[in-house]
Amino acid sequence: MAKERKGIEVSLAVAEAVGQADCDLISAYPITPQTHIVEHLSEMVANAHLDAEFVPVESEHSAMSVCCGAAAVGARTFTSTSSQGLALMAEIFFITSAMRLPVVMALANRSLSAPLSIWNDHTDTMMVRDGGWIHVFVENGQEAYDHVFWAFRVAEDPAVRLPVALNIDGFIMTHMIEPVDFEDDELIKRYVPEYRMEKRLDPDNPVSMGCFAMPEIYSETQMVRENALVESYATCIKAWDEWAALTGRQYHPVETYRADDAEYCIVTMGSLGETAMAAVDELREQGELVGVIKIRLWRPFPFDDLFKAVAGKDTLIVLDRAISFGGPGGPVALELRSALCNSPKAPVVVDYVAGLASRDVTVEDFKSIILGGKAKAAGGEIAGFTFYGLRG
Amino acid sequence: MDKFSVFSARLVEKDELFTSGHRACQGCAEALAVRLVMKALGRNTIVAMATGCMEIISSPLPTTAWQVPWIHVAFENSSAVISGCESGMKAMMRKGKLPAKKINFVAMGGDGATADIGMGQLSGAMERGHDMIYVCYDNEAYMNTGIQRSSATPWGASTTTSPAGKISKGQFTQKKDMPKIAIAHNIPYVATACPSFPFDLMEKVEKAAAIEGPAYLHILSVCPTGWRIPSEEAIKYGRLAVNTCVFPLYEYEYGKYNLTYRPHPILPVKEYIQGQGRFRHLTPEDIDSIQERTRTEYEKLLKLSEEG
Repeated sequence: MAKERKGIEVSLAVAEAVGQADCDLISAYPITPQTHIVEHLSEMVANAHLDAEFVPVESEHSAMSVCCGAAAVGARTFTSTSSQGLALMAEIFFITSAMRLPVVMALANRSLSAPLSIWNDHTDTMMVRDGGWIHVFVENGQEAYDHVFWAFRVAEDPAVRLPVALNIDGFIMTHMIEPVDFEDDELIKRYVPEYRMEKRLDPDNPVSMGCFAMPEIYSETQMVRENALVESYATCIKAWDEWAALTGRQYHPVETYRADDAEYCIVTMGSLGETAMAAVDELREQGELVGVIKIRLWRPFPFDDLFKAVAGKDTLIVLDRAISFGGPGGPVALELRSALCNSPKAPVVVDYVAGLASRDVTVEDFKSIILGGKAKAAGGEIAGFTFYGLRG
Repeated sequence: MDKFSVFSARLVEKDELFTSGHRACQGCAEALAVRLVMKALGRNTIVAMATGCMEIISSPLPTTAWQVPWIHVAFENSSAVISGCESGMKAMMRKGKLPAKKINFVAMGGDGATADIGMGQLSGAMERGHDMIYVCYDNEAYMNTGIQRSSATPWGASTTTSPAGKISKGQFTQKKDMPKIAIAHNIPYVATACPSFPFDLMEKVEKAAAIEGPAYLHILSVCPTGWRIPSEEAIKYGRLAVNTCVFPLYEYEYGKYNLTYRPHPILPVKEYIQGQGRFRHLTPEDIDSIQERTRTEYEKLLKLSEEG
């Protein structure tokens, strides 16, 4: 493929990127809204546009299991799922990272049942937050395309060797047609070269993978796992910088918009960031000193980048798209509160849960959340969270 | 039996790919079955193993009994994991990322992993036609967790979740017929085997490895601990299972049934049942009913075998 700007559905752009990365094996099971990604990959394989094995399995549990087997022999491996599919594969999701198998997964984020809902929020991905994977959130089609390569590059780096979940908002992004700058194959090959896994399943150099651990050694295995994920941060940054050098598109773990002189900020993850930016533009015209903070890298959590972004702000208003039932708020707000609680000048964190199951969060909604959050902070109503825009 | 009285270690491959030092119970026929399977497969093999006795006894970190590449991911998914190994290597060999080479892709699991929790995944792998061998080591219960019943536990066996009691005969269902389920997938090769008949077992493994496409091997693996028999009698009970026709040795190759061993004379099932602690509560009438079922099942198999 040559360098070219295309108007393309984001799912198809993701699939094309998996093809450009010369993936060896794709295994998946159909679930909305991830289906267009794997349908397009099947077509690419069927038309010899991509030389890979497409393993159409009988469940998502098997999809992740097949990916484990393929990654263990050293194949470049991709899968995609959503919601209930992720819940079914959750058992293997945790094992994949523990066994250091560099699988890349596009997670078309969708609500969890019940009631059954095929629409978008972040309840699925938050369920596996503690699964030991690298989690990245993207905001538009270009970012989704770019991060497929970034995900393979980081996952397969010998210093990392961890699976990466590429979180893409279901429908809101997966089914949108957007302009995407495609890069040429040569550039991609330089960025994601053919990789050799040093310790793989190979009859000439046999190794045992997935041994069981007695209490005397289990904790040490978990320490290694934690260190690997924390240390992967450096490679995440390096891979973004290299991508910027090749394409001019630079990404950061935490990104800000009109936040430098802001007194307070709205915090988002995923595709709603762009709506938040539009709302902030309008509020700025009304004289509000407000900015946007967008968290791109969710795991490993970028503490220092967050501290830098919030320095000097008195209030953070979080738009959470999942709930920790019975707990003190949504997962993003919880993370910020715990990250900031020991800082001497920590901003106050006000939490809103909105946009569940793709319920619209418009520019007007954002303005109302931002101003409402500001008033709550001023009135000291900062505990827990608020469901935004509920009926009755 | 005469055929097997010549058994000598010298006639068997010397290479030990499943080595000593593992933690199996004394007299474990399942560990013996694994050892024989590995001898027949040789070094060019990748094994994906389900959680269970064989996984636990062979891989306590930082040790391993495996001299071939071996992977364990979870309980129910060894067939899906081996599907990934096979397809991943196929793609890499086709693309020149790895040198082309014949490798045996082998998934292994116990009867619980096979007939219960991993049934869907095994069915999927067989249906997709991967070039793989699935080996079920059937010791007729969840022995690793402490002798709970599985769908492969035979009628009347007392286990910790199908205990014999005042109103219970023990296991209340008939043993699930896994080889028949494998055959229903139209795969090229299915066989039953037992480590008490080592040459028969190894020949079947070699055949399974030579055939392209999925092969399913169902190996009766006597468990002295779970069957409540003396640890030195595992081989004897394996022979009795076969010679009473409770567990016939047969194969199914490209649509044709073949009994690979015909016991003569056929021994009464009573000889197999009595002496096993798990059956000690059964009455003579109960044993008669097992005898009757064994006879009719064997006759069905004979008929299929004669039809070719």
